[in-house]
Amino acid sequence: MSLFGFHYRLESKAIGLTLGIIAAASIGGMVEIAPLFTIHQTVEDAPGMRLYTPLELAGRNIYIREGCYACHSQMIRTLRDEVDRYGPYSLAVESKYDHPMLWGSKRTGPDLARIGEKYSDQWHVAHLNNPRDVVPVSVMPAYGWLLTTELRTDDLDLHLRAQRKVGVPYTDNMIANAASDAYAQSNPDAPQADGVIKRYGKATTLRAFDGQPTRLTEMDALVAYLQVLGHLTDAARKSIAEVEAGQ
Amino acid sequence: MIAQLTLIERQHAIMISAAIALLGGLMILAGRDDLMGVHGALISVASIIMIFRIGGSYYAPPPSEDRLRHYYDDPSKVGIVLSMMWVVVGLAVGDWVAWQLVNPDLTFGAGWSSFGRLRPVHTTSVIFGFGGNALIATSFYVLQRTSRARLPDQVTPWFVLFGYNLFCLLAVTGYMMGITQSKEYAEPEWYTDLWLVVVWVTYFILYLRTLARRKEPHIYVSNWYYMAFILVVAMLHIVNNLAVPVSLGHAKSYSAFSGVQDAMTQWWYGHNAVAFFLTAGFLGMMYYFLPMRAGRPIYSYRMSIISFWGITFFYMWAGSHHLHFTALPQWVQTLGMTFSLMLLIPSWASAGNVLLTLNGAWDKVRDDATLRFMMVAGVFYGLTTFEGSFMAIRSVNSLSHYTDWTIGHVHAGALGWVAMITFGSIYACVPWLWKRERMYSPKLIEAHFWLALAGTVIYVFAMWNSGIVQGLMWRTYNESGTLAYSFVDTLVAMHPYYIARAVGGLLFLIGGCLGAYNVWKTIKLPGTAAEHAGDLPQPVVLGAGIPQAAE
Repeated sequence: MSLFGFHYRLESKAIGLTLGIIAAASIGGMVEIAPLFTIHQTVEDAPGMRLYTPLELAGRNIYIREGCYACHSQMIRTLRDEVDRYGPYSLAVESKYDHPMLWGSKRTGPDLARIGEKYSDQWHVAHLNNPRDVVPVSVMPAYGWLLTTELRTDDLDLHLRAQRKVGVPYTDNMIANAASDAYAQSNPDAPQADGVIKRYGKATTLRAFDGQPTRLTEMDALVAYLQVLGHLTDAARKSIAEVEAGQ
Repeated sequence: MIAQLTLIERQHAIMISAAIALLGGLMILAGRDDLMGVHGALISVASIIMIFRIGGSYYAPPPSEDRLRHYYDDPSKVGIVLSMMWVVVGLAVGDWVAWQLVNPDLTFGAGWSSFGRLRPVHTTSVIFGFGGNALIATSFYVLQRTSRARLPDQVTPWFVLFGYNLFCLLAVTGYMMGITQSKEYAEPEWYTDLWLVVVWVTYFILYLRTLARRKEPHIYVSNWYYMAFILVVAMLHIVNNLAVPVSLGHAKSYSAFSGVQDAMTQWWYGHNAVAFFLTAGFLGMMYYFLPMRAGRPIYSYRMSIISFWGITFFYMWAGSHHLHFTALPQWVQTLGMTFSLMLLIPSWASAGNVLLTLNGAWDKVRDDATLRFMMVAGVFYGLTTFEGSFMAIRSVNSLSHYTDWTIGHVHAGALGWVAMITFGSIYACVPWLWKRERMYSPKLIEAHFWLALAGTVIYVFAMWNSGIVQGLMWRTYNESGTLAYSFVDTLVAMHPYYIARAVGGLLFLIGGCLGAYNVWKTIKLPGTAAEHAGDLPQPVVLGAGIPQAAE
């Protein structure tokens, strides 16, 4: 009774109600979210994990712009059928540099967390150009204009700089060469190509992703991004191998 | 409407519009190489039109002092009209993208019309455009009447209403141009988000200022919910949208959080957008319009207290059930599941309160489609919250997650609960607001009711079936121990359900159009009903005419 008596008095005070609502609503988030930043085991260690190149980051931004995340997840759950279908389950570290994350919530199309290098560049270009040319029953929209739209690169340094502000360790050198690295990654014969390897590591793929080495299109960027998915680190594949070796 | 403003209020309105126009001009300048410039132009044009509208009536005679003897309902009226416009647009886009999943070439080859860009146009139009405008309009209406106080001034409510609609407009036009943060239900970019913070803080201050003028000692239940809706949405919005823009001239920004922390923050936001936007606000609506329409007081004051604080506390823990079996630490997943189950208690206390309030007025539910909208809303609220708790169980979620079952669940809530309670409340308050005897056509309300109910049921059953079928196909193994179905096999199996869903959505859309037409014809009806003596700001008799919660 006294509880309701207390409430009877509380509900005659607007500020009391306001403070009560803020207090009641704050606790859950503080308990569940704050420790994720402080407990070290939340995100695994992955030494040698590489960063998105400027081209891949630009591709990721196209993926976001077109709303691909609305139909494709990038989070393989710890369930047997998902591991059999898509590959090793996703680790937290694999999206450590993903601002924002693109885990998704719906699979109108399949998961893409490990799509990288599963199909050829030509397949991706054909598929994005018109999905029904390669998958007749696909319900995915066609993205034909990606092949003809030039990629904007003049502000890629600003993008890398903003990424650094939120915690991605891009170096000054990477920022300074962002635009030329984007061009060179899709044109391996270009003289600037060595710099890409030097800055982003030997595992970086340099290819004319859209099949046109001299042109840097949005298709180049998107395919470069799709081909790197699941390949920033091998932590997920390694841990299973290690577990199996231990048995 | 502008004639109702005093000279000083007209001056303030012009100054605020000019400041916004200037802001738009700065955005044009800073974002001249970016899509942000287009938004700057849109903001400038909108505010210049506003300045001309006010300027056109600037020298109109000042309003009489008589206005202070009435509630200030003009913003509520405009809010309801805007709400009905947004619902038609939002449902139409929703049904269009539903048909795109039947025939993907319905994009007609353009970028702006592809599923990925239109889907947030649909969700934002219905949630924020339709739902948000209805919440703002009804909250002003309910706040004044349950406080027996007039809104403190005549400019702030317009700033909130038009400022909010500018937010919605920037959001949906942005998606079609490709401006998005990708966070579901929080897609608008940083400058649009900042703008909403300004509008939202103003909204809450307006609420407190009106409450401070109230003539009733107690704050009615509806206002607790509206206050929780405004406050918690502000908290969620600010935290989840923390981001660093590429530059002050770029629309694009990068989220302050990444990976697992970003995922948890996003679904803490996402689930509580459901809780505090789509539940708390609409419960506030329900607690006023249902007892008023039924002519009966709320069944239990104590149940309303328990459900209010239960919802406010428990919901904030539940977001992590969106991340079962992911890379989120399991202790957070378990907490999310546990609190989702406990959430059933306050949710069913609310749903029970609805149905028990109607107990004794079932003859009215039978005869009055408006009240039936509210009753069905209560039933769907109970069903959906049960389903939500059920789907939050890890083992159930392993089947339902990533499938259409989630889409079905969301639409059971959004169509069955949110839209139904809103249509019921709008049909109740449109004649009250415009001083008409009744809605233009009760038959159209009846038709709308059955179209809405049929559309919802068809939609939800189609998605339940397709979700469960797809979830089961994904996990089916052959005798040899390999997966039995490819992903493409499941697409073929989905096809008939996608047709059924689009048909259900079409029925709901037709109902919405009938509703918009009916509201419009009611506004255009000649003659006004006599003013209700209890519907004036003075404290006539304490509690008369108002569903009084106090013991």
